[in-house]
Amino acid sequence: MEEKKLSLKLKIWRQKNSNSVGSFIDYNVQVSPDASFLEMLDELNNTLEAKGEEAIHFESDCREGICGTCGLVINGHPHGPLPKIATCQLHMRNFKDGQTIWVEPFRAKAFPVIKDLMVDRSGFDKILQAGGYVSVNTGGTPDANAIPIPKDIASLAMDAAACIGCGACVAACKNASAMLFVSAKVSQYALLPQGQPERYRRVEKMVKVMDELGFGSCTNTYACEAECPKSISVTNIARMNRDFVMAKVKAKEVEV
Amino acid sequence: MQGLADGYFVIPYTIGNYLGGDKPVFIKTDHPEFEKVAGEVKNMTNILLSIKGKRTVDDIHKQLGRIMWNKVGMARNEKGLKEAIDDIRELKQEFWKNVTIPGSGDDVNQTLERAGRLADYFELGELMALDALERNESCGGHFREEYQFEDGEAKRDDENYSFVSAWEFAGESKWNLHKEPLEFEYVKPAIRSYK
Repeated sequence: MEEKKLSLKLKIWRQKNSNSVGSFIDYNVQVSPDASFLEMLDELNNTLEAKGEEAIHFESDCREGICGTCGLVINGHPHGPLPKIATCQLHMRNFKDGQTIWVEPFRAKAFPVIKDLMVDRSGFDKILQAGGYVSVNTGGTPDANAIPIPKDIASLAMDAAACIGCGACVAACKNASAMLFVSAKVSQYALLPQGQPERYRRVEKMVKVMDELGFGSCTNTYACEAECPKSISVTNIARMNRDFVMAKVKAKEVEV
Repeated sequence: MQGLADGYFVIPYTIGNYLGGDKPVFIKTDHPEFEKVAGEVKNMTNILLSIKGKRTVDDIHKQLGRIMWNKVGMARNEKGLKEAIDDIRELKQEFWKNVTIPGSGDDVNQTLERAGRLADYFELGELMALDALERNESCGGHFREEYQFEDGEAKRDDENYSFVSAWEFAGESKWNLHKEPLEFEYVKPAIRSYK
């Protein structure tokens, strides 16, 4: 049986590079309802390239929702209209025949557009480099469960660690704040015994870099949590704020 | 497969101390090898962009993928592998003559990136087929249909193939085989059956 294809009108953001002015360009596509959103763009790119036109640039890697590389704003929503999924997990069956779809890059001052739908999220790497780690003396890997951790704490830390660093929280926020991302990274260590030695130094360093990079402030609208593909909770932001205040009160640690 | 690959179990116990003793230094790019490779990449980029043919990278990539899927899969045989090598070489020629890559090499160009990876895939795909053809036994993920027991179990040839094949690149479509022998001191290889 011939499968019924969807006819869609795409309005896709095209921008040559970070210095040029971009605009929406119209494309009409016929696509299988079983195709993923990114597969639809792959097909469109193949037809564009066959005509000698440049491909629409967008990023992706694992295409199974765990790497955090993909990220498009689809009809106004980072990662599209469905909750708790990344762009790569969005399928065309969720759209109606004849529908118009607007596709934009993640927009934030700290995420400059590189080309079309591709943005520079290296700011997140810089934040992680500032404190997203625990320092461990080198040597053999410790045995699992050598340090007992209560299940409820382990679960909270795991929920925070589920963050894939995609940047949807920044794109969703009217202030382009990175608080959900940074707080998830701070929390995953702050909750566990291994994170304690650097706990307060870490939060200060990461927040400092976050502010320097031009991410905005948090005004508690919770848009980040609503759009997060991994449902990272805003309670992480409260925990980070608490640790940040505590860091000011606590005596400075001795730097080695 | 990840669990089987060398290093997966060893690395966590060893790399920490290795990295711990290594002081990171700033690496400059003025080394002659670096300049040589940078020049080669630039040259290849220019060649790829200047072909301006009729077929897209995606189109050729899929055709190569189908050859690999059909003839260089987990179960492979001499006839199929020989055909695959011919098919890959023919398609490689087509790629270098008829691929089209819009855009330039001065900016981000994902089509150009994919074309570079496809060029690598031609090389690796051909070598995989050659290696599979050379190994006249069935072993692990390599099942040569000619070498099996009556019940369909893999038939190894430990007499002639107890070695790892390390292929050294020796120019276009040429590789030299170096045999790294596998020596078993305590546990001797035996027929493995999951029945």
